[in-house]
Amino acid sequence: MNSAKSFSPKQESNKRSAVRDFIEYFDFTRKSSTVVFLIFILTAIGFFIWWLNIPFIEDIFTAATITLIMTLGFQLYMGNSGILNWSYVGYVGIGAFTSAIFSMTPAVKAMQIPTMYPFLINLHLPFPLALAAGAVVAMIVAAIVAWPMMRLSDAVGAITQFALLIVINVMLSQWSQVTNGPRTFTLGGTQRLTTLWVALGVAVLVIIAVYYFKESSLGLKLRATRDDRHAARSSGINFVAVRYFGYVISACIGGLAGGLYSHYILSITASSFYMSELFLILSMLVIGGSMSVSGAFFGTLLVTLLRQGLRQAELFLTRSGFEASGSTEIVVAIMMIIFLVWQADGITGGRELTWQSIKRRLPSGSKKRDKMIKNKKQEEEA
Amino acid sequence: MNAEILLEFAINVLSMGSLYALISLGLVFVFGICQLVNYAYGEFITVSAYVLYFLGAFTSLPWPVVFLLGIASGVAVGFLSELVAFRAFRERSLDALLVTSFAVSVILQRLFQLGISPRSKAVPIPAFFNMNIQILGVITPLRNLLIIGTTVVLLTALVLIMKYTTLGVAMRGASENFVTARLMGVPANLMISVAFIISGFLAGVVAIFWSARTGSVEPMMGATPLLIGFIAVVIGGMHSLPGSVVGGFVYALIANVLSLTLPSSLLSFRDAFMFAIVIAFLVLKPEGLLRGNYQEERVG
Repeated sequence: MNSAKSFSPKQESNKRSAVRDFIEYFDFTRKSSTVVFLIFILTAIGFFIWWLNIPFIEDIFTAATITLIMTLGFQLYMGNSGILNWSYVGYVGIGAFTSAIFSMTPAVKAMQIPTMYPFLINLHLPFPLALAAGAVVAMIVAAIVAWPMMRLSDAVGAITQFALLIVINVMLSQWSQVTNGPRTFTLGGTQRLTTLWVALGVAVLVIIAVYYFKESSLGLKLRATRDDRHAARSSGINFVAVRYFGYVISACIGGLAGGLYSHYILSITASSFYMSELFLILSMLVIGGSMSVSGAFFGTLLVTLLRQGLRQAELFLTRSGFEASGSTEIVVAIMMIIFLVWQADGITGGRELTWQSIKRRLPSGSKKRDKMIKNKKQEEEA
Repeated sequence: MNAEILLEFAINVLSMGSLYALISLGLVFVFGICQLVNYAYGEFITVSAYVLYFLGAFTSLPWPVVFLLGIASGVAVGFLSELVAFRAFRERSLDALLVTSFAVSVILQRLFQLGISPRSKAVPIPAFFNMNIQILGVITPLRNLLIIGTTVVLLTALVLIMKYTTLGVAMRGASENFVTARLMGVPANLMISVAFIISGFLAGVVAIFWSARTGSVEPMMGATPLLIGFIAVVIGGMHSLPGSVVGGFVYALIANVLSLTLPSSLLSFRDAFMFAIVIAFLVLKPEGLLRGNYQEERVG
């Protein structure tokens, strides 16, 4: 907060109201304008699509918003710590199954999943609480297993997370008494509890949470460990603790996204939360730029548009007799490699979208500057 | 009776272990030189297996030629993927390399699905591979003995190459300290290409025995050998070639023991146990059973 106000005389600073403190702390108009912009763009698209009232497009938007929440949670840990977190989709899966188990009525559960433990059958919570339960359980699992793994970096760290993803996946796909095993887990409702507005509302909250996590001292410390682990350590940052909290919070958001996902898609299997899902959010983050929240946001937007376009082309080709299913993934993968080679920080270049960054690009801004330069020259000439 | 069971167990462990040792060796060769955990390695195996399938099913070439061409295709795909995808990332971060190999793996899988078939195809394997023979009262298919023999021959050859040829010495130097090796005049491009070629060669050999065991090939078949390779490499030590061989055999031992001792209700969780062991190894003993010269940086 290096604004001129902090240098103003003492009497004035004594008079500061709580509201002003709040505005200054969150800094909506300047640096943190990112949050305002992202939320504005998302809600604007949401309202536009609601106004269009085409179910097909509404579905795409809802699914994309859920994916956005996933990508934001993924960014929270991977972007700030620089560690490729394979296990993240595992937590999404845990959240999805947990919240589904909590929100289904006992009668439906007994019918759909006869093998389930009796005590799980009797659990029942309303939808919002079930969502929260999914997030909390994912968080608890992460909190239990993560501590020893936080010390590992680089290749060893990545393989550990990969191994953890497989452990979670095997548990989800084999534990018949909880997840219906390798068979499909059907939620048994006819109505989607995750509507466009629910997804949008949660996404707005998550954007705020992820952005202010990045701006918080914890986020700053985590980024310090990413950029130079020795310097960070010698400035007294407790590496393991900082990474641990980042990881657990990330898992919590993943669990939340999983709950929304299962109540949107209505039938899930453990394989929905494995390599292909991970590849999807990874490609979004890489293409958008993993270092910034705006990167996760615009990456999701761009890849979703690209995938939907390609999917339509794929359907068209298949209908006209070509075998084209799966070509979408190939295009996305190639795009990801191209970005990694030429623009490793993604379309946002690792920066946030702020009011300043827009003003700098606006033609009027440069015109003003040109005018000023002209005026100066004229003055000098005169 | 008891001795027979023991012998059968030993043959199983040795034959599986040989196969796993080759798989993990292919991973470690690349990892040792350029620190790349190659997620696309499983797809190298799939490519070779598809070549075996096409040549075996649609041509009447004699099987030694088919096998040689299968191995050659593994070599080619290893060499080309390095040239096309990984070379651009030489100086980049590890995560960029990891993500790229993941992307390459996805691309290859989808290409198989798209270009060949999403369903599995039967790979024609010469009949003598599955012929049952009897040693000391134990009946076992001949391929189990063939893989043990092949592995012994290959490992001996590799040891000789690594120990006594200029190329081998340069490779060892490069895997120990790549920067210093370059300063000594070891050409970096050649080293990395050779590492990928050896990796592809081993993938080709693995493809023969893997498809002989499963009898078929499908787009996603690379996943299982890749996971096995990971476990074996981690157990053995990520920076040591002998370590990866040991890791392969230890994996086979643990997997067989778990299969015998786990109650049937827990058997489907076997992979979870295996990977929990991997995590434990990485956390408690990240250098593996055999320690290489390079030390992984570790925090806390």
